[in-house]
Amino acid sequence: MSGIAFTLNGGAAMLRGAPGRRLADALRDELGLTGTKIGCNAGDCGACTVLLDGVQVCACLLPAARVAGCRVTTVEGLAQDGALAPLQAAFLRHGAAQCGICTPGMLMAAADLLARNAAPDEAAVQDALGGVLCRCTGYRMIIAAVLDVARTAQPDMPAAGRAVGAAIARRDGVAKLTGAEAFGADAAPPEGCLALRAIRSPHAHARFQIGDCAPLLAAHPGLLRVLTAADLPGGNLYGIYPEGKDQKVLAEAHVRHRGEPVCALLGEAETLAAIRDEDVPIVWEVLPPVTFARAQAAEAVQLHAHAPENILCRGRVARGDAAAALASATVRASIAIETGFVEHAYIEPEAGFAVRVGAPGSERIEITACTQTPYMDRDEIAQLLGLAPSQVRIIPTAVGGGFGGKLDLSVQPLLAAAAWLTGRPVRWVYSRPESMAATTKRHPARIQAAAAADGEGRLTGFRCHGDFNTGAYASWGPTVANRVPVHAMGPYRVPDVLCTSAAIHTNDPPAGAFRGFGVPQAALAGEALMDMLAAQLGLDPLEFRARNALGVGDTTGSGQVLGAGAALPACLDALRPRWAALRGAAAAFNAEASGSLRQGVGIACMWYGIGNTSLPNPSTMVMGIDHAARPILFSGAVDIGQGSNTIMGQIAADALGVPVAALHLVTGDTDRTRDAGKTSASRQTFVSGNAARLAGEALRGEILRRANAGPHARIALEAGVLCVSEAGRTIKLDLASMPADGEGLVLRGEGRFDPPTTPLDADGQGIPYASYAFAAQIAVVEVDLDLGTTRVLRIVAAHDVGRAINPQLVEGQIHGGIAQGLGLALMEEFIPGRTENLHDYLIPTIGDIPPIETILIEEADPLGPYGAKGVGEPALIATAPAIFNAIAHATGIRLTRAPATPDRLRAALLAAR
Amino acid sequence: MAGYSRPTDLAAALSLLAERRPVILAGGTDHFPARVAAGPAEDILDITALGGLRAIERRGDHLWVPCLATWADLGAANLPAGLEALTQAAAQIGGVQIQNTATLCGNLCNASPAADGIPPLLALDAEVELASLAGRRRMSLDAFLLGPRQTARRPEEMLLGLHIPLPVAPSRSVFAKLGARRYLVISIVMLALVAEFGADGMISRARVAVGACGPRARRLPALEAALAGARPDPALLRRAHLAPLLPIDDMRGTAAYRLDAVATLLRRALAGMVPA
Repeated sequence: MSGIAFTLNGGAAMLRGAPGRRLADALRDELGLTGTKIGCNAGDCGACTVLLDGVQVCACLLPAARVAGCRVTTVEGLAQDGALAPLQAAFLRHGAAQCGICTPGMLMAAADLLARNAAPDEAAVQDALGGVLCRCTGYRMIIAAVLDVARTAQPDMPAAGRAVGAAIARRDGVAKLTGAEAFGADAAPPEGCLALRAIRSPHAHARFQIGDCAPLLAAHPGLLRVLTAADLPGGNLYGIYPEGKDQKVLAEAHVRHRGEPVCALLGEAETLAAIRDEDVPIVWEVLPPVTFARAQAAEAVQLHAHAPENILCRGRVARGDAAAALASATVRASIAIETGFVEHAYIEPEAGFAVRVGAPGSERIEITACTQTPYMDRDEIAQLLGLAPSQVRIIPTAVGGGFGGKLDLSVQPLLAAAAWLTGRPVRWVYSRPESMAATTKRHPARIQAAAAADGEGRLTGFRCHGDFNTGAYASWGPTVANRVPVHAMGPYRVPDVLCTSAAIHTNDPPAGAFRGFGVPQAALAGEALMDMLAAQLGLDPLEFRARNALGVGDTTGSGQVLGAGAALPACLDALRPRWAALRGAAAAFNAEASGSLRQGVGIACMWYGIGNTSLPNPSTMVMGIDHAARPILFSGAVDIGQGSNTIMGQIAADALGVPVAALHLVTGDTDRTRDAGKTSASRQTFVSGNAARLAGEALRGEILRRANAGPHARIALEAGVLCVSEAGRTIKLDLASMPADGEGLVLRGEGRFDPPTTPLDADGQGIPYASYAFAAQIAVVEVDLDLGTTRVLRIVAAHDVGRAINPQLVEGQIHGGIAQGLGLALMEEFIPGRTENLHDYLIPTIGDIPPIETILIEEADPLGPYGAKGVGEPALIATAPAIFNAIAHATGIRLTRAPATPDRLRAALLAAR
Repeated sequence: MAGYSRPTDLAAALSLLAERRPVILAGGTDHFPARVAAGPAEDILDITALGGLRAIERRGDHLWVPCLATWADLGAANLPAGLEALTQAAAQIGGVQIQNTATLCGNLCNASPAADGIPPLLALDAEVELASLAGRRRMSLDAFLLGPRQTARRPEEMLLGLHIPLPVAPSRSVFAKLGARRYLVISIVMLALVAEFGADGMISRARVAVGACGPRARRLPALEAALAGARPDPALLRRAHLAPLLPIDDMRGTAAYRLDAVATLLRRALAGMVPA
């Protein structure tokens, strides 16, 4: 057979595989062009966008046969002679790529636009890029990049000692823009890889029996094995916390949620694809599911022996006498709110491969996969396989979005078990529906809260209880239950508080970690109460918050006295002029409005403890110099798009005193880097950043000691030579004569940092976090009263970041967090079995994110590296409450259910008539 | 053994259809999403290499939209006044990638209750032309659409194209779509309104179709009757005019909301309609 001849990126190409396979698969698997990403295989995300005869199409929706005689351009065809195309350079300059998984699609859609319109306006950019979803950036930097493609100069890299505070381009940016970056599904597995496919429960709650698989195996010669729980080489239980591991790699006779794996097919990929779920002999006995609404009812089945009344755990913060404060207050308000499941919807489905390596007796398992937490993965896999942690190697790929969803194990346990059992490499890529059905979600919440204030507008009491649907298994449920009570009263001085929480088991998917760990849900209640109290007192919502804002020297609900750097008052000061102007503009609009449109302006504040709640979460980094005088940072911090590869380098370079451009980075390999902890809890800049700083300082100290130089000496690394200069004298260190260690380093420094916290007592009193980030955001909305639709017109965000190590990356986090907060507020609700794809589950598109004004408040945190603290989760938390408050301002309707879908808002408007 | 055929000749395609009843593949934008979870191999008839079935053209009293014409083709076509609803729908279906590959005829054959293309074509009294070895037959789109994902196409037939009558009187049309986000959104409801005007500025004939409010899109004959002879006026809309609609509650909206939103969109369509 002659194959399909076409022109690919300007050259002749041929496809010889099946003509009906997706072009995206043909490009990736047959031609090795993995720059074209697959996010959904359904035309919903646009990550696979390529140009076909010059126009953008989804390569997942085209049969390979269609390209015969056509011109195809992929992301690999944009750069010419090793130089980025102007469009790619603009993306790099503007920070338009974060995780990078949508970037090829965005670039190709933009290339299509620019080919027919060299100077588009913003609306044209949105129209052209409307078919590509991004979950990280909030789109605004992408728009800015496409509008700025004509400019070509890239900014200079900072000199030695000037990296911190510089908005340098991310160091992994070029690879993300050329398609070279390897994500979970791109990492090249060895030849002869077996494929794996899980058979998952279609039922929320059921018992099952797996019948005789011999006929299935006989009918499909390419099917090697059907793995069941009994086949697993070690244990079957895993879970986030050391105690209470409750999740099974493969279910045993009983499933507790839709999507739970019951067995796994192992064999040739094409064979597995042709087997239907119903071909596998499983007999189901469907049981009534335990729902969030009825989980604590008398008749509810108890799902776990260790969780009486289906309560996994509770959290509590109590200080003073909240009941008395509420009873005696001048004004009080109460509210009950409800939120649904929210899906991470990263554009990269989970993927990876595992290989059993080494000679008999010293065998190891190596897992290459996307993850946010390689060291936890290593220890968990070791425990599951019955190996020592040193026998497990985790090699994280680039991560195409995480947001907490890649903190839990996904492909890793079954890959490891299958590779260990068969001795053959095994690869697995989740489909989009599988990713959405099987992985964790944001906890649905039911929160009741009340707050009170005195006649002067000072908060006197706050009481709150939140029930959180933690689903079938514990995952990060305890984290949510513990974190919420600490934060639920908001970033305010409240003398008397009682905040409690419960994580409740149901037959829903496990709810786990998602950007904010329950705090965004609680903020919806708390920030509504602040507006309600302000209204009763006749106070401006911003001024009421300013009067109560936590600042330096104030005491939190946990009894912690805040030190320097607690900068919410400065955030509110920065917003005040914009607040007045925007409220005025909305009032003027509404005074003129005769149709159905009304504008509203809302504000919300937030605070967020950086790092684990009262638990150790150390990070260790190594920095060294090799024989070639190259400074190398060994960083175990996983960059999931937020930019830690760049941030760690900026910090370490300044600590050592060399230009950041000279720094080499070794990252992502549990064999080569130390445990930097997980990319979670907004902790990498604060915790690992400190470790990087300490490693750089230790290395600098070692160099200066060897050179017998003082603390202000200059270190220079040029042409393989390390020189130390001070006061007119220069000492050249003879690196060649120094012995290299196992990592090739002749000089080294190590840094370790663990945030100082104390355990919380039974009333939640103690020091749960070493540092807090604060923020206040304004949302401007326009509501169509007749349709119930809400359009966000503008967000103004003031964030206390301590010190912006890289202002562009910080701003990128804020934009992306706002986009997810907007989705939470207006459109996102995951329903198991109903919205397991990216057309029924809606996330914001490029047309939904308004202009964002970002104000960075830099009041150094004495504990942070160069004063910095985290921003990843803080970016999201204030957005949804600000939007809800803006809707209330526009309409008088105080919604209590998120998201504020058009039907819900319209129903509330009709009910209020 | 499943096979993949991509004939260049219609007769060959129809023979294959008659012999093997393969799945017909055109734009692919519904075909591949329905196969995210792979299954056993199928016989595929890829019709995209067939000659002469792409160009949209005026033929006498109607517009001919052949089976390979895409939404982007339609959007770029210079349509006469009265067919604005089609141009508007062409710009709002999926993202640009979908518009560049998805065909109008595929949208009809897929027959989703939420197909954006159906209300404008239904309101414009489009007819479908089906071809098989036995010959060709034409029927109204209304007769072609049997229900959700069900059409009158027989397994040995392919939808060859659409006949859209060109306006005979001065006309205006409008398409309105309501979704919960800006792009790439399945409609909560969508509708098309076509009005022909007399010399007096009154509507001489009105046609209205609403989608995502029942198993398939529906015309609203009572509203059409009420509009005939009147100026376009939102006040003419009555709740009873919406009786043919049978919306359901789903994650995109409640049934009550859908009816309410349709009424609002219809009033706005009427309010915005300037006599031709």
